Amino acid sequence: MKAICFVKSVPDTETRVKLAGDRLDKSEIKYILNPYDEFAVEEAVRKKEAGIVDEIVVVSMGPARAQEAIRSALAMGADRGVHIEDDSLDGSDAYATAKVLVEALKKEGGLDTFQLLMFGQRAIDGDTWTVPSMVAEMLGIPSVCNIVKLDIDGNKAVAVRMVEGGEEVFEVELPAVFAGRKGLNEPRYPSLPNIMKAKRKPINKYTLADLGIDAGTVGKAGSFTEVLKYELPPARQAGRKVEGEPEEVVEELIKFLKEEAKVL
Amino acid sequence: MVFVIAEQRDRELRKPAKEALSLGRKMADELGCSMEAVIIGEGIGSLADEIASYGADKVYVVDNPFLKYYHPMAYARVIGDLVKEKQPKVVLMGGTQTGRDLLPRVAARVGAGIAPDCTGYRIDGDNIVAIRPAISGKVIVEIGFKSPIKMISIRPNAFPIAEPDTSKKAEVENIPFEPTDAEKKMVMKEFNIKSTGRPELTEAEIIVSGGRGMKGPENFAMLEELADLLGAAVGASRAAVDAGWRPQSDQVGQTGKTVSPKLYIAVGISGAIQHLAGMSSSKYIVAINKDPDAPIFNVADFGIVGDLFKVVPVLIERIKKEKGQA
Ligand SMILES: Cc1cc2nc3c(=O)[nH]c(=O)nc-3n(C[C@H](O)[C@H](O)[C@H](O)COP(=O)(O)OP(=O)(O)OC[C@H]3O[C@@H](n4cnc5c(N)ncnc54)[C@H](O)[C@@H]3O)c2cc1C
Ligand SMILES: Cc1cc2nc3c(=O)[nH]c(=O)nc-3n(C[C@H](O)[C@H](O)[C@H](O)COP(=O)(O)OP(=O)(O)OC[C@H]3O[C@@H](n4cnc5c(N)ncnc54)[C@H](O)[C@@H]3O)c2cc1C
Repeated sequence: MKAICFVKSVPDTETRVKLAGDRLDKSEIKYILNPYDEFAVEEAVRKKEAGIVDEIVVVSMGPARAQEAIRSALAMGADRGVHIEDDSLDGSDAYATAKVLVEALKKEGGLDTFQLLMFGQRAIDGDTWTVPSMVAEMLGIPSVCNIVKLDIDGNKAVAVRMVEGGEEVFEVELPAVFAGRKGLNEPRYPSLPNIMKAKRKPINKYTLADLGIDAGTVGKAGSFTEVLKYELPPARQAGRKVEGEPEEVVEELIKFLKEEAKVL
Repeated sequence: MVFVIAEQRDRELRKPAKEALSLGRKMADELGCSMEAVIIGEGIGSLADEIASYGADKVYVVDNPFLKYYHPMAYARVIGDLVKEKQPKVVLMGGTQTGRDLLPRVAARVGAGIAPDCTGYRIDGDNIVAIRPAISGKVIVEIGFKSPIKMISIRPNAFPIAEPDTSKKAEVENIPFEPTDAEKKMVMKEFNIKSTGRPELTEAEIIVSGGRGMKGPENFAMLEELADLLGAAVGASRAAVDAGWRPQSDQVGQTGKTVSPKLYIAVGISGAIQHLAGMSSSKYIVAINKDPDAPIFNVADFGIVGDLFKVVPVLIERIKKEKGQA
């Protein structure tokens, strides 16, 4: 069977965010493959190594830098890439994004071709955790998100999803959507030869016209939501710092817990 | 109308559902409209009155054995079709794992905008602007809606629970349900609750969290004792989880859970940016660390520079005394 992995280029986790007025200042941001998407790609590569999957396609919608995210996934062991780039996509919300990804999937053969639809649980910039479920609903297929385990047997899969205080074990028929999180696997660091090899792997490029999508139905113009403004969270002030005999500092902490935090 | 999806587990309303219902009532009053709610599961009809006690004018009950556990497709169809029919202004749900899975499905079905994990909102004429953290809590954004229906999930612990009025009785409408063939392609085989007897991290009022400075899994017994004295949950840094000292589910931070408790006590945690991403919206932060330059002190309201192995045992004894247990 074939796997399709959806990946996003996002700011590095070390990024210290700066604003220009009420918008994001992107000038100094370094971009990486979304860490959650590494779990998705790694899982697909392991399924390929186990002989379950025979081809892995990586799809990313985004500006030119999305290519680098695709290359990182190719270096991990995916076979080829699909890059959707179009100026009219700027400002797409989660719904518009999901719609475009569904069209790209169809362009590549749809659910007749792909049985495993792999996502990250969350992109660490928009942080909405919505795209995988939306894509599944648009396609009318099962989804198991936030998974820490995925076993495939024929056209069935058993996936373990982490929830508050426990785990939900789902059995689903393929094709289905899965969204990975930490715990699913330990993503590999691509070797230098594999990074070099990835440079020669093919990437299909699509515009909105190639996908038959009307520009007015996506991007800023076609989205249901928009980011009106950015603010930095209220800066936390360093508070009191005490040092001394345990009995003394604990006494001060107790006072803090009683009088300020009011938890005692 | 404001429409609230009330989540239950084991036939009890979850805490984030009470937060969503309380907020739903408040929003409905502000918008001058009614508040209605849906509850879904098996044998859950008796929860309707409790839902009404938080101010729901009407409660839709979907009760079917197939719906005993969360089913992404079936839940989204029933609720999505109800939303399409009723055309509420706002759909609200607690941002639990279920909420963050289900609401986007409902939004996709209905064709509506969604703002997940919100910590605030403002009313702008007849419209609602949602306020939410993004980029792992490094920014707060305002999300405006262009769709007539606005889907909002709320971060657990971000909104208060109102005092229920138990004299209120629900007006109930039962919604029939039959699974479709497509829905039968997915079943929950097991639901394994790993109860620690402590509150869930994302819902806890107080969290006691340990890092690499704890030196080994056995030393977490100390933090568990402290947590139990405070009615707290126990969390961990990635270093402690990756070392195998604590389960994956305890991890707080960028690749773990995002928490907003009233009080977060960080013990032997340096305060890396990826850890702060998960806990910097806590109301109060206390840090215990032997390194006076540890970055955690930059965000702590109260910091103790000292050896945790000396400080924590004294703290435990002192709190026991406070609680009359010593
Ligand atoms: C600060 C900020 C706040 C935002 N808030 C909202 C909001 O409240 N509501 C809203 O509808 N939109 C919002 N957006 C827009 C939203 O981030 C984008 O539409 C984005 O493409 C999808 O959402 P996400 O990044 O949150 O992805 P998530 O849903 O968190 O991503 C989950 C997974 O989906 C896949 N995926 C996501 N995006 C892509 C892509 N472009 N290409 C390939 N695979 C992808 C990846 O596998 C990823 O791991 C916001 C954007 C920003 C920058
Ligand atoms: C993509 C990515 C995602 C990540 N996601 C997460 C995440 O979700 N959560 C997370 O926590 N981290 C995450 N990290 C890792 C993060 O960068 C740090 O490595 C991690 O948080 C460090 O954990 P720590 O504070 O327990 O350990 P350390 O940084 O080693 O700190 C240990 C602290 O304990 C103190 N200490 C030692 N002994 C004592 C003692 N006897 N008494 C008092 N204090 C003592 C030390 O002074 C030190 O400050 C992520 C990193 C990356 C790159």
